[in-house]
Amino acid sequence: MRKLIAISFVVWMAAFAAPSARAVQPDEIMADPVKEARARDLSRELRCMVCQNQSIDDSEAPLARDLRLLVRERIAAGDSDSQVIDFLVVRYGEFVLLKPRFERQTLLLWLLTPLALAGGGLALWMHGRRRAKSGAGDDRSEPGLSAEEEARLQRLIAVEPPPENPA
Amino acid sequence: MIAETGHYALVLALALALIQSTVPILGARLRDGALMNVARSTALAQLLFVALSFAALVMLHVTSDFSVVNVFENSHSLKPLIYKITGVWGNHEGSMLLWVSILALFGGLVAGFGNNLPISLRAHVLAVQAWIASAFYLFILITSNPFLRIADPPIEGRDLNPVLQDIGLAVHPPMLYLGYVGFSISFSFAIAALIEGRIDAAWARWVRPWTLVAWIFLTLGIAMGSYWAYYELGWGGWWFWDPVENASLMPWLAGTALLHSALVMEKRNALKVWTILLSILTFSLSLLGTFLVRSGVLTSVHAFATDPTRGVFILLILCIFIGGGLTLYAWRASALKQGGLFAPISREGALVLNNLFLTTACATVFIGTLYPLALEVVTGDKISVGAPFFNLTFAPLFVPLMIAVPFGPMLAWKRGDLVAAAQRLLAAGVAALVAIAMLWAWTGGGSTLAPLAIGLAVFVIAGALSDLAERTGAFRTPFAIAARRARGLPRSTWGSAFAHAGVGVALIGIVCETTWNSEHIATMRPDDVAKVAGYDLKLDGLTQAQGPNFREMVAQFTVTLDGRRLAVMTPSKRNFTTRGSSTTEAALLTRGASQLYISLGELTGDGAIAVRIYHKPLVLLIWLGPILMAFGGLLSLSDRRLRVGAPKPAKAMRGLQAAE
Repeated sequence: MRKLIAISFVVWMAAFAAPSARAVQPDEIMADPVKEARARDLSRELRCMVCQNQSIDDSEAPLARDLRLLVRERIAAGDSDSQVIDFLVVRYGEFVLLKPRFERQTLLLWLLTPLALAGGGLALWMHGRRRAKSGAGDDRSEPGLSAEEEARLQRLIAVEPPPENPA
Repeated sequence: MIAETGHYALVLALALALIQSTVPILGARLRDGALMNVARSTALAQLLFVALSFAALVMLHVTSDFSVVNVFENSHSLKPLIYKITGVWGNHEGSMLLWVSILALFGGLVAGFGNNLPISLRAHVLAVQAWIASAFYLFILITSNPFLRIADPPIEGRDLNPVLQDIGLAVHPPMLYLGYVGFSISFSFAIAALIEGRIDAAWARWVRPWTLVAWIFLTLGIAMGSYWAYYELGWGGWWFWDPVENASLMPWLAGTALLHSALVMEKRNALKVWTILLSILTFSLSLLGTFLVRSGVLTSVHAFATDPTRGVFILLILCIFIGGGLTLYAWRASALKQGGLFAPISREGALVLNNLFLTTACATVFIGTLYPLALEVVTGDKISVGAPFFNLTFAPLFVPLMIAVPFGPMLAWKRGDLVAAAQRLLAAGVAALVAIAMLWAWTGGGSTLAPLAIGLAVFVIAGALSDLAERTGAFRTPFAIAARRARGLPRSTWGSAFAHAGVGVALIGIVCETTWNSEHIATMRPDDVAKVAGYDLKLDGLTQAQGPNFREMVAQFTVTLDGRRLAVMTPSKRNFTTRGSSTTEAALLTRGASQLYISLGELTGDGAIAVRIYHKPLVLLIWLGPILMAFGGLLSLSDRRLRVGAPKPAKAMRGLQAAE
C-alpha cells in the first residue's frame, strides 16, 4: 500500500511537471463507436488515482491517459465491463472505483440513506401516534409573557391604529 | 505601517469580541439593561475594526507591497487591478479574514436592525455571535496572520494561481461566505433560545429573514461556483461531487430544510425542537465546510492550503461549537414545549416530508464525503466515493420530494384535503404527461428516464403556476379581478412559486445537458470543419498573443448553421510564466439557453491541435433555476410580514401601492 502511495506521489509530481494533456485525446478513440461508448461509460466510474476526485474520463493527467488506454485495450481484447473493472481493481485496489462496491466495510456508506429515510419516517409515524394519543393540542402550554414583553405589548396596543375594514 | 495597522485592528476586534461574549450574558443574568446593551455597541465597533483590518489587506494587495508574505505569495505587480483585489481572498489567510469580516457584518446588522428584538434575546444572540468571532480571530492571529512581514522584501511576487485569475473569484467566495456565515445568525438565535429557555412563534419570525438572506447568498454562491467551474476548468462539467462542493451543498440542503421548518414554526408554532436542531446543524455543516476546505484534510481541486496545525485548530473550533451546541440542545430542548397539532395530510405534514427528504439527502452527501476519510483513519484502507455513488443515492431522493413539492402549497394548514389538492393539480399533471409523450415521440424512445425526469420538472413548474392561478382565480374570474388579486397576494406566495419553479427549471437543464449533450473530440488543422449538433465549426487559424501577465495561443473558429455565418469563437490556452502553469480558456457561444463550448488541447508537432467541442442543450437552465430560487427568496424577504413587529408599515405600504 505504502509503495503504491509512493509511486502515486511520483506520478503526481510528474503530472504537474509535464505539460497538461486534455482528457480523452483524439488518438485514444476506438474505431467501433459501441465499444468506445462502453469505454467512456467505464471511464466515468474509474478514478484517476493521482488526481483530486476526478474520473479518468475528466482527468488530464498522464496516468489517466494510460488507464483510458488500458480500459480500451481490455475492451478490444473482448473483456466484459465487469471483467475490465475486476482487472483494474486487482491491479490498483478498491481506490480506483468511484462507486465503492457493496462490502462489509462500505455497509454503512450504502445503507445510511435508506436507513435514514426509513428511520426518519418511522420516528415521524411514532411521534404522530403518540401525540395523537396524548390528545388535545397543548396550545395552552405557551410560555407566558415576561414583564418586559407585557409592557411592550401594552405600548404597542396603545399606538395600534384601529383595524381597517377588509376590502 | 498599513500592515501593522491592519494587524492591530484585528487584535482590537478580538478584544471587543471577548467583551461582547461575556458582558451581555452577565447583563442578562443580572437583568441589567446597560450591560446587555454593551453587546450592541461592541458588535458595531467590532465591525468597524474588522473592516479596517480587511481594508488594510486590500490596500497592501493593491499597492503590491511584497514585504508582506501574503502579498508576495499571492500577487504580482503586473496582475490586473481587479485580480489584485480579488486575490485578497484567493488564499487561505485572506479568505479567513473575509470570513470573519462577514461574521462581523452579520453581527453588526443584528445590532443595527435588531431594535425589535427583546433586549435579552439580542444580548444573548450577539454574545453567541462573539464566541464564534473570538474563536476565529484567535485562529487567524495565531495560525494564519495575513499581515506577516518578510525581513528581506523581494522585488516581485509569486502571482496568484492562474485558475483563480478570473471574475468568478470576485463573486463566488464572497457570496458563498455570506451564505455560510449568514447561518451563524440562526445558530446564535437557536443557542440564545436554548440559554433563555424560551422559544415561540415570534422567534421563528425573527430568525426567518436572516436564514433567508443566508440561503439566497448560498444558492447564488453555489450556482456561481458551478458556472465558474464549467467555463474555467475546460471539460464542460458543472458539478463534480467534489468534497469541497459537497461542503457547500450540505449547509444548503440543511438550510433549505430550516427555511421550511421555520415556516411551520412561525405559522403554527409546531416543530420548535426540530427547528432549533436544524439551526444548529446548518451552521455546524457550514463550520464543517470551512474545516474541510481550510484544513487541507481533503486533497481536492479547490483546496489550495495545507498545514496540519491549522487543521487541528479548526477541528478544535468545530468540536467546541458543534459539541457545545448539541450538548446544550440535549440538555435544554426537552424543556421546550410542543406546539400545535396537525394531521399527516396538511401543509405542515408536507413541510415535514420536505424536511425528511432534504435531511436524508444531506446525510447522504455527508456520509459520502466523510466516509473515505473515516475509513482511512480507522482501517487504513483507501476507497473513493465519487459522482457515480452520489448519482445513485442522492438523485432518487429528489423524485418523491419533487412529486410532493406542488402539493405542499395546495394543502391547508392543520388538516388538508389530498383529493382536492390533486384535482387542482390536474392541469399540471396533464402538462407533465403531454411533455413526456411529446419527448418520447421526438426522441424516438431513446432514453426512458430523461422524458420522465423532464415530465417531473414540468409538473413542478406547472404546479407552481397553478398555485398562483388558484389563488388569483385566473381563468375563472375576469382578468381585471384576477390581476387585482395577483397584486394583493403576499409576496411570500410569489416567492415560493418562483423558488419551486426554479427547482423544476434547474432539473430540466440538468436532464437535457446530461442526456443530449453532443461531444466532438478531434485533432484539427486550419480550415478543417467540425460538425456538431447541426453546427459547422471551421478552424480559421491559430495566433499567439501577449496578455498582462501571460502569453496565450488563440484559436479562431467560424460557426455556421445551415450555411449562415453565426459567430466567431476564440478559445485559448494561457501560459503564466511566473508560476509556469497554464489554463484553458474555453469559448462559449450562447444560443437561447443552449451553448456551444470549445476547449483546446495540445498542439501536435505538425501544426494540428486537439480540440473538444460540445453542444450543451438548455445548459443555461441549470443556473437559471437557482437564480429563480434566489429571486423567489428575495420576494419572500421583501414580504412586509417578515419585517418584524413594526406597527406602522402596514399603512405606509398601502399608501405606497396606491401611489403607483
